[in-house]
Amino acid sequence: MAHEHKLEIFRGLWKFKSNTQKIWGVLAFLCVITAIEVVLGIIKPEFLLKNDNAFLGLKLLNWIFIILTLVKAYYIAWDFMHLRDEKTSLRRAIVWTPIFLVAYLVLILLLEADYIYEVFRDGFVTWNF
Amino acid sequence: MDSTVVTGSEENVWGGGNQPLGASYGKLMMWFFLVSDALTFSGLLAAYGFSRFKFIETWPIADEVFTHVPFVHGNFPMIYVALMTLILIISSVTMVLAVDAGHRMKKNAVIWYMFLTIIGGAIFVGSQAWEWGTFIKGDFGAVETKGGRILQFVNTDTGERAAIADFAKTIPSERINHERKNGVWFYNGEALPSYSVNEVIEGFKAHSNITIRTESIVQEGEKEGEKTILSRAEALKKLGSATQVVEGANLIHNEYGSRLFADFFFFITGFHGFHVTSGVVINLIIFFNVVLGTYEKRGHYEMVEKVGLYWHFVDLVWVFVFTFFYLV
Repeated sequence: MAHEHKLEIFRGLWKFKSNTQKIWGVLAFLCVITAIEVVLGIIKPEFLLKNDNAFLGLKLLNWIFIILTLVKAYYIAWDFMHLRDEKTSLRRAIVWTPIFLVAYLVLILLLEADYIYEVFRDGFVTWNF
Repeated sequence: MDSTVVTGSEENVWGGGNQPLGASYGKLMMWFFLVSDALTFSGLLAAYGFSRFKFIETWPIADEVFTHVPFVHGNFPMIYVALMTLILIISSVTMVLAVDAGHRMKKNAVIWYMFLTIIGGAIFVGSQAWEWGTFIKGDFGAVETKGGRILQFVNTDTGERAAIADFAKTIPSERINHERKNGVWFYNGEALPSYSVNEVIEGFKAHSNITIRTESIVQEGEKEGEKTILSRAEALKKLGSATQVVEGANLIHNEYGSRLFADFFFFITGFHGFHVTSGVVINLIIFFNVVLGTYEKRGHYEMVEKVGLYWHFVDLVWVFVFTFFYLV
């Protein structure tokens, strides 16, 4: 049981008087991020969707979505799941193990999928008959 | 045996009783489970990414699939899923408030916050069930070709999707839905779609303002990112290879496009929904324990904290599912 709560978020930029207040603050922040995602998803700015502007094969808009998701995940894990109050060793064991494994899996699967896509596109394979 | 004398408890490194990670056994085990469960979900989402990158030019556009809001007619992409996300985040907040109240040994506050969490979870599961229902029922209908591709219909006057029911011709024929009462030896059979392929083709010929939209996404030019719309002549030729009418979705056929899309939808949101359901059940058990005063007697509310971890994890997974299924 973590009795002590660290009451700062954004590296100390936003300080709270009690744990309850911090929870509401984090909720407000998560809502703002979700709202940004939804608004971006509805208006879909054109320059963010162009294939020419893609970075590493992914459209800029999708990069924004993924980064915002990771930000949300960070605050859910750190403040709702109290990772902020755990010992550094426990926190690192919990966070870096899946990050390493998932990054590896995603890298391999996406590269392979892109290769198969190119075979479908360039190879003499008829699949749309 | 023990020749060395241990003086202080701090030096008792190998004697047991240490907590190098500063967390209790139960909490550590919950974290073990959550990490492994996170890897399971990552496996599913990575597999989704694999299939999507493999069919990157033909994958359905989520905005055009999930457009419904209960009790309201019209086209509202994303709104309902965003609402579901909000509900789950808020129930996560009430859960963390329950944990906080537990630390301060406020039994009644824990009871109320746990209750609100359970309600939030139940609303979320209900929404997901509704979403599944809408997805399975479908709304426009499509035809499937010999190669397993989906052809959807659009109205060229408005540029909007056209439902098969709006233009298909009814041709009188003896095709009937085979049911149990029709035959002595009947066990079960596939339900017939509302219209046959011929009825759709005839209706298509009769309405000059209907044309076909294929699965391919335009890769460059003005219409980049939209599905390809065929001319009438091309469309008629394509219709020649149609083999069946598809309405809604199941694991084998779906009217939205790639078959894998529906499979992953059912599997990933289903697996997540299963987690929410079990989370609600576990929360209920702990809720009754709190009401009965079990943790008050025990002297601490760590059990609430442990189920809280699971509940937040469910929320965390949904944040990713929301992004990769509905946004990206």
